[in-house]
Amino acid sequence: MTVGKIHSIQTLGTVDGPGVRFVVFLQGCPLRCSCCHNPDTWDLNGGTKYTPEEIVQKALRYKEYFGDTGGITLSGGEPLLQSDFAYQLFSLCKKEGIHTCLDTSGCIINESVLRLLEVCDLVLLDIKYTTAELYQKYVGCEINEVVKFLELLDDKKIPVWIRQVIIPTINDNEENILCLKQLARKFSAIEKIELLPFRKLCQTKYDALGIPFPFSHLLEPEPNVMKKLATGLNDK
Amino acid sequence: MKHENWNGFNPGVWQDEINVRDFIQTNYKEYCGGESFLSPATERTKKLMKKVEQLFLLEKQFDGVLDIDTATVSSLTSYSPGYIDKQNEIIVGLQTNRPLKRGVNPFGGIRMARQACEAYGYKLSSKVEEEFRFRTTHNDGVFRAYTDEMRLARKSHIITGLPDAYGRGRIIGDYRRVALYGIDRLIEEKKKDKAKLSHGTFDTDTIRLDEELFQQIAFLGYLKEMASMYGFDISQPASNTKEAIQWTYFAYLGAIKEQNGAAMSLGRVSTFFDIYIERDLANGTLTEQGAQELIDDFVIKLRMARHLRTPEYNELFGGDPMWITEAVGGMGQDGRTLVTKSSFRLLNTLYNLGPAPEPNITILWSNSLPDGFKQYCAKVSIDTDSIQYENDDIMRPIYGDDYAIACCVSAMKVGKQMQFFGARCNLAKLLLIAINGGYDTTSGIHIGPQLPVLDGEVLNFDTVIKRFSIYIEWLSKLYVNTMNIIHYMHDKYAYEKTQMALHDTDVERFMAFGIAGLSVVADSLSAIKYASVRPIKDSNGFITDFETSGEFPKFGNDDDRVDLIAKDMTHRFITELRKTPTYRGAIHTLSVLTITSNVMYGKNTGATPDGRKLATPFAPGANPMHNREENGALASLNSVAKLSYDDCRDGISNTFSIAPEALGKTSEQRIENLVTILDGYFSKKAHHININVLNRETLIKAYENPENYPNLTIRVSGYAVNFHKLSREQQREVISRTFHTTI
Repeated sequence: MTVGKIHSIQTLGTVDGPGVRFVVFLQGCPLRCSCCHNPDTWDLNGGTKYTPEEIVQKALRYKEYFGDTGGITLSGGEPLLQSDFAYQLFSLCKKEGIHTCLDTSGCIINESVLRLLEVCDLVLLDIKYTTAELYQKYVGCEINEVVKFLELLDDKKIPVWIRQVIIPTINDNEENILCLKQLARKFSAIEKIELLPFRKLCQTKYDALGIPFPFSHLLEPEPNVMKKLATGLNDK
Repeated sequence: MKHENWNGFNPGVWQDEINVRDFIQTNYKEYCGGESFLSPATERTKKLMKKVEQLFLLEKQFDGVLDIDTATVSSLTSYSPGYIDKQNEIIVGLQTNRPLKRGVNPFGGIRMARQACEAYGYKLSSKVEEEFRFRTTHNDGVFRAYTDEMRLARKSHIITGLPDAYGRGRIIGDYRRVALYGIDRLIEEKKKDKAKLSHGTFDTDTIRLDEELFQQIAFLGYLKEMASMYGFDISQPASNTKEAIQWTYFAYLGAIKEQNGAAMSLGRVSTFFDIYIERDLANGTLTEQGAQELIDDFVIKLRMARHLRTPEYNELFGGDPMWITEAVGGMGQDGRTLVTKSSFRLLNTLYNLGPAPEPNITILWSNSLPDGFKQYCAKVSIDTDSIQYENDDIMRPIYGDDYAIACCVSAMKVGKQMQFFGARCNLAKLLLIAINGGYDTTSGIHIGPQLPVLDGEVLNFDTVIKRFSIYIEWLSKLYVNTMNIIHYMHDKYAYEKTQMALHDTDVERFMAFGIAGLSVVADSLSAIKYASVRPIKDSNGFITDFETSGEFPKFGNDDDRVDLIAKDMTHRFITELRKTPTYRGAIHTLSVLTITSNVMYGKNTGATPDGRKLATPFAPGANPMHNREENGALASLNSVAKLSYDDCRDGISNTFSIAPEALGKTSEQRIENLVTILDGYFSKKAHHININVLNRETLIKAYENPENYPNLTIRVSGYAVNFHKLSREQQREVISRTFHTTI
């Protein structure tokens, strides 16, 4: 059995997918997003090792809390880096009747990832920006790869929630929102778009790791800006 | 038997015997809808409430006590009638002749009454002093009988907060009986019970009961007299909703005039009232607005209730609580829910009158409760932080479907069971005394079996457990014996005449023991077992500190290695307690509940092997120690849920604070998520939870600028308080607790 490298577990997750969720943060990420909230999950060599069986046994202890809508969410880090592990874990979850949700940047497509998608009930796809330029500048991968991933999900009819962090002066503008809406019109798999406010609480994590926080000079968005950008966002 | 005031009710055995449960079951109408029918506060209610708020503000300006009548001993008829605003009140009755004026009640102990007066700049009148000079109080009686060892146990704080100088409380009269039957019928039934005694042998038990019945009958008479002073004749059954609420309130008022008990809980009245409301709505004599107004006015009266207590008492039970606990909801044994529209109406008072700690609204949660009610409760929790939840699915099989909660978490059948309250012992201190072979380093007192201080470079788990067992055995026996004296004397010198008159004559009794510091003990034993704990001795050779190295599992992370240690501790303790017989054959029960005494208990406890420093507060109740949870909120809940209700029949208290954002993004999601969390937690057979939905920052702001947060209510440990009424130290402890957040 493949062993997973786990950064941490949050037994009460209510913001990463529907309902009450058991959220597993995997260790390791190929991207270096400037807005990243979890720089402590980047290192591929860190984490605690667990088998899929061990994680599912843990998750089962919380099944009573899931209600009709909750379940497990794999986040990170980038779960696609550990797609074999993720596949085995989600397969076991499906067997136990636990709803599976994958939180990913969609930056990797390979055989193993394709297999993983077969056992995903929902994908939270983090579309960091809507332009190639911003992707190159602040993410470290090509936007085309992510769009390809989205096409794949659409083909397979896997429900998708698009998520984007709104960062003042970078993407807190109507053009960006328009692009997101266009995506939602184009791909019927997209059920919903969620805008998340950029947060700077992670500064302490950067400081502890001795890594500069590239967006430390930016402000957090005002609640009324978030509200305005989200208005009518999910109207079809 | 028939009575014209019962017209329109379905008949049943309740007519022929005192049986409120049967009346409810044959007459109530369950409600499975939502809250949309509710009425807002009327202009009259708002106006009255404004006056009440001004009084509260004034009370606060007078250091928490507005006025004391130092010359009158509180009893049912000792004050002339009091009103907030006579013309505008619908339900009437105050404890003394003026709102928020406190009476003195020296029956528990004259010293306590004297000190309480002095603490607020008053002097107990010479008249009262004189009256009690030749009178034995409960406190006098207890100290006549206490052994040297019991005094030492008290002095060293190994057992603290015992009701040996104040009223024991935790007794719930079935106040509904007065409304349903009227006083005359209740007196008649008690007289029959008394007459029955004459057929038997007059041994100690019978003679005592015979005298108690005499007192009960006398006080039912006083209750009638008290009501007549307010212009009401309560000799007959209530004929409508207003009378039903008024009669019930009079009964409760009589109880709190007579007794300054620690917790004076109300019981389970809302569904009972609902039957009268439904009858009046059907015959057109009441509207929804009128029904809500009556409930609102009743709750205003409950919010006015006060007892006079000393600052030392407030250290144990912070926030000036009365524990007017009202149990709401739950399921019936026939599968119908006991939720009625009046369950909603009662919760609605938190909107109509604003959030408040009293009455202590306790939702009896069952997974089978109607969705509409579950969602409304979650909404109220999120909006007000004023309510708590207890597991009906584990209590109903034991207590049936007409039980209520006394104080925070103590279940009992209304009018059929009572308890002898026993505060709690300090389990963490006991562990340290055990390790030191019968020496308490914080008080400098030698107590318990005298054995050598534990030897060795590093503490060995098996050795410590073996040693600990010796001390658990010793303390359990001492604890039961101490409680036996206390309750013998309380029955003798401060018997609850009004409340016991509203119980069946043949009542079942619990004796409720408690432990504080459970999570400290569990983590300490876990450290000894899984890490390396090196004891550090002082110059006298006693262990006063520990050096702990290495990782060890901590309670609150859903890790069986330590959670089962905690569970085992409660099992060992109740098993030992059961070995010593109790006064009046009471059933031994155990609680894991601290009220706010976790601060005081911590203050009197040395450093512990889990890394907790000398004098640091414990976590409240059964909570994991602050900020030791590493896997989020549900792991913490699962750990507490593992404690067995079979071992802890007097309740397992858990206080849970969560940031609103951590419950979900929208208010609808937060409500849904809180409902599924409660369903999940209680299906794990957990017993109790306090829910606070707020940010730590709010509390810090309230700590710094209390004047801006006069009504900030938070749940602390089985009850709620106005944050500003806690001591600074208690406030700091509440702020330091774990707040589950999204990060």
